[in-house]
Amino acid sequence: MKTTMKEGFDLAMMRGLKKWRLFSLLAALTIFLSGCGEEYLSTLTPAGQVGRDQFNLLLLSSAIMALVIIVVVIIYVVALVKFRRKKVGEDVIPKQVEGSHTLEIIWTVIPILLLIVLAIPTVYYTYKHADVAAMDQVDEEGNKTNVTVNVTAKLYWWEFEYPDLGIVTAQELVVPTDQKVFFNLKAADVKHSFWIPTAGGKMDTNVENVNQFYLEFDKESAGLEQGVFYGKCAELCGPSHALMDFKVKTLEPKEFKVWAESMKTTEHVAADDLATKGEEIFNTSCITCHATSGAGTAGGPAPNLAAFGDRNRVAGFMPHDEENLKNWINDPQEYKPGNLMPQPETINNGKKFSEDQLDALAAYLMGLSVEK
Amino acid sequence: MDFNKKYTPQTWPDHPEQVTLEGKNKFLGFWLFLGGETVLFASLFATYLALKNKGPSGMEFSTDTLFELPLVFIMTMILLTSSLTSVYAMYHMKNHNFRGMQTWLAITVLLGFAFLGLEIYEFNHYVHLGFTYGQSAFSSSFFTLVGTHGLHVVIGLGWIILLMLRNAKRGFSLYNAPKYYTASLYWHFIDVVWVFIFTVVYLMGVVG
Amino acid sequence: MSSIAKKKGFGATIWDYLTTVDHKKIAVMYLAAGGLFFVIGGIEAMLIRIQLAQPDNDFVSAGLFNEIITMHGTTMIFLAAMPILFGFMNAVMPLQIGARDVAFPFLNALGFWLFLFGGIFLNLSWFMGGAPDAGWTSYASLSLASPGHGIDFYALGLQIAGAGTYIGGINFLVTIINMRAPGMTYMRMPLFTWTTFVASALILFAFPPLTIGLFFLILDRMFGGNFFDHTMGGNTIIWEHLFWIFGHPEVYILILPAFGIFSEIFALFSRKRLFGYSSMVFATVLIGFLGFMVWAHHMFTVGLGPTANAIFAVATMAIAVPTGMKIFNWLLTIWGGSIKVTTPMLYALGFIPSFVAGGVTGIMQAAAPLDYQLHDSYFIVAHFHYVIVGGVVLAILAAVHLYWPLMFNQMLSEKLGKWTFWFFFIGFHLTFFIQHFLGLMGMPRRVFTFGANQGWDLFNLISSIGAAFMAVGVIILVVNIIITVVKNVPAGNDPWEDGRTLEWAIPQPVPFYNFKQTPLVRGLDTFWIEKQEGNKVGMTYAEPLSDIHMPNNSFIPFVMTLGLFIAAFGALYHGEKDWAIPVLVLGIAITVGSMAVRSIKDDHGFHIHKEDLMNDKGGK
Repeated sequence: MKTTMKEGFDLAMMRGLKKWRLFSLLAALTIFLSGCGEEYLSTLTPAGQVGRDQFNLLLLSSAIMALVIIVVVIIYVVALVKFRRKKVGEDVIPKQVEGSHTLEIIWTVIPILLLIVLAIPTVYYTYKHADVAAMDQVDEEGNKTNVTVNVTAKLYWWEFEYPDLGIVTAQELVVPTDQKVFFNLKAADVKHSFWIPTAGGKMDTNVENVNQFYLEFDKESAGLEQGVFYGKCAELCGPSHALMDFKVKTLEPKEFKVWAESMKTTEHVAADDLATKGEEIFNTSCITCHATSGAGTAGGPAPNLAAFGDRNRVAGFMPHDEENLKNWINDPQEYKPGNLMPQPETINNGKKFSEDQLDALAAYLMGLSVEK
Repeated sequence: MDFNKKYTPQTWPDHPEQVTLEGKNKFLGFWLFLGGETVLFASLFATYLALKNKGPSGMEFSTDTLFELPLVFIMTMILLTSSLTSVYAMYHMKNHNFRGMQTWLAITVLLGFAFLGLEIYEFNHYVHLGFTYGQSAFSSSFFTLVGTHGLHVVIGLGWIILLMLRNAKRGFSLYNAPKYYTASLYWHFIDVVWVFIFTVVYLMGVVG
Repeated sequence: MSSIAKKKGFGATIWDYLTTVDHKKIAVMYLAAGGLFFVIGGIEAMLIRIQLAQPDNDFVSAGLFNEIITMHGTTMIFLAAMPILFGFMNAVMPLQIGARDVAFPFLNALGFWLFLFGGIFLNLSWFMGGAPDAGWTSYASLSLASPGHGIDFYALGLQIAGAGTYIGGINFLVTIINMRAPGMTYMRMPLFTWTTFVASALILFAFPPLTIGLFFLILDRMFGGNFFDHTMGGNTIIWEHLFWIFGHPEVYILILPAFGIFSEIFALFSRKRLFGYSSMVFATVLIGFLGFMVWAHHMFTVGLGPTANAIFAVATMAIAVPTGMKIFNWLLTIWGGSIKVTTPMLYALGFIPSFVAGGVTGIMQAAAPLDYQLHDSYFIVAHFHYVIVGGVVLAILAAVHLYWPLMFNQMLSEKLGKWTFWFFFIGFHLTFFIQHFLGLMGMPRRVFTFGANQGWDLFNLISSIGAAFMAVGVIILVVNIIITVVKNVPAGNDPWEDGRTLEWAIPQPVPFYNFKQTPLVRGLDTFWIEKQEGNKVGMTYAEPLSDIHMPNNSFIPFVMTLGLFIAAFGALYHGEKDWAIPVLVLGIAITVGSMAVRSIKDDHGFHIHKEDLMNDKGGK
């Protein structure tokens, strides 16, 4: 009953907006806005219901505000044209008008009405988007009906734990489409903010409490330019705040299940000698911080690398190729100032990694995949 | 306006603190200042309430075991009495009785020092229990709230003593009457803040 | 006569300014110091736009970029916009209400020195190990984690400067309440005085929470406190609340005087009474009041819950109503008037569309669910620059031109003034309009660089080009000021010819004691009334010519501030250097000692005698 009422309201909103669209102004606005930005990153091309609600609110508020601007500009231009001193005469003393109660009432009441039009959907969506009651819903067998992701933001990377599935990954969030995905958000060091512009607005990750919200994705990311949606850190968190990107892969529910299953049972077999050599280096220098098994819980000191080979970026922002990977491993501070990954000297007996070692590491890491 | 003009009880105005423009300004400005001070203490109170009993996991201190009401009750009584004595002082100023005013102010100052002494004793006691300033968010917010009040007491005492010494030989004038008046206002304000501290920090800490 | 006009040497002039308690000289110092900080903040802005002109730029490093944005914001708000407005309040408000000076001339000087020393202290961070780098909001988890002394400079410097502002606020309030000329009822006060009044009230109640927040930050970082360390039970959200309980009224502290300035300009250059004066006053008070009810709209995404968000969203929208009233009243003021487009009027006319644009985007962000998208993106950067540059800075530039003849008895070049306007105005819209779309396209704020091909490259370049235009505008203004000062052509009385309010009735150059006789105010726009009734001598006066009581100059405010400045270094190096505590104690001793000296030494001021006044033909 509750949900149908909500849907009814959403429909009414949509219809209301469609009516608004009759105004050429709003139509122009919509076309103009959706022409802006990239499909995988822009809030103007929403890829889920939450983002769409917010986009509709953007259209509604823009329309109301455009109305106000038009009225102001008309009075302004006419006044400017009609009442220039050149026109009125140099020595004319205009009538000293005190004011007008009628006008005062008009420009108090009309804005109030306009604001009420905006306030109603604002309050409605505020509650709607904060409703995480369905997070704990279970089916007859006691399994959670919705996917929940525990997000931990760290200097400067993101950890994604799926507590109900027993898996954990980093830097690339993988979620099923066409259902609510719930998030528990937290920061491990300083405050960050979790933002996937196409899916919906951001939510801060605080250090002292867990924030909860949900997002929906109704589009598979496979069709996008790079096969992923972009996610950003939206709260200044230190020198490399700008580089604290993450990516989002959306899979249809069946594929998601497959992915989750293969994460749970990750068993990496080095493909060749080079990769085997890389694994040895990894096991002496890197494994204390980086886990390579997808099964597990949050709290790793460094990103989980179980699905590293499937990723879209090195270190969250560099193109995913061996060259960048090697550069990154050999001098993390150069690429992401202030990050906490040790310089190679501290984990490789005081030396940088040799070119051979780097090749081997790269071969090994690129082979860590759950999708192939 | 001659600031050094001598008055007699007959010529002395009813509100000596508000006769000159300077006096009026001081009077109003000081009230406004106290308005700002109220917001300042409100911020400290709000923070204290948010951080009360919060500390590192397993913290042993909490308001109901830490605070001892009898001592704080005595402090409260002392400070309330000092507020009353400063009212007497102002009463004598109104009646142009300089010696009476100085005497009552001296009593006020003594009571203020007694309060301060007990507060130092109290803080010292907590520190010895291990409830130091950096022990927890609770301790930081407690010492900062109560300590800021204590600092106000110190400033108030210094101010009143300075006024008393400075004017001991000169008697009343329209120049120093507003100064005495605002100093006593300040002292009342300190008292009112303490009443809130007593209620919010100690009483609600132990009983509530 | 000796006490009035004296030709002074250079050293004596410097000493005069170091010790002055005259509101007009303090105004000049506020303007000069604020102007200097405005240029520094502007250079920082240019560095930001150069860095962001193209993707993956390495003009400045990541850490340095964060220092620059932090200092840009902090400098512009605390050290440029507010002090410059304080300068105009000091210069104009006492004259507007016919007062001899402000209520507390000594404290007025103290307020100025506190601001200046606080600002200098903050900027010394550049040379002493690095500037603050946690943003002007300095959110607690990051500001605690920030290494070095940058944040310490921020907290201590703002504490000192903030004390100055607080003192100034009380001073203006008392001045306006107690020292209005006879006949100047509240409902006859010019709008600039009204907005000064309300802004001062906001200062009175908004600065203490900032003081406490900064105090906690100082205690946490330097003295072992645990207010914001969550492992010790602390809570960083407390900082956010305290900061925004201050921070939101702060926006109105800036914009209300700007509204006041524009109200004066619209009436003056339309030769017409301000339309709906009483509703303008009402709207000003209402905005000030509502300003305290909406701080959490800066924190929609913090996770305060839907009820808090809904309440603060609706409360925020309510502010649009009084603000809209103001806009329409201004429009109706020029409607039916006789508009003369001087430089100040040009700014006022430019302000209307700019500020309306900034206002409506504010309403969009008040819609909490939508703000989830807009918050901390470039949209918000665009919004607050539309409000602060399109409102406050345009008002400041307008006031520089409007009040220059009042303050210095010289007229800035109208021609250069208009060039400044057009460069600045076009550059402003070029820079910031497009940033709305960058935000909507997913660009977060405070990023030191951005990757290519995210759809942001072109818009960022355009934005940077706009910034260059603004810089050219400011350079022309500086040239204009230099030329005008060098030429030094007297502007004379009532330089804009249509002056309406009391400050334009005073003879030029303004005597240091202001009006010889306190004027009688016979209505709103009292000077206009006198002129319309054919009064050729200026004003009707409320009293016969008599002795004027003036306060003495004093060097104590400077010394008092110097003490705090020294003490701040002690606090900064606490726990690091052996000399820290002695220096802290020494500094506080200097301050307390000079307060005691001030208290013990009688300072009765001096009198200007009637005979001297009668002989005085003006002159400073």
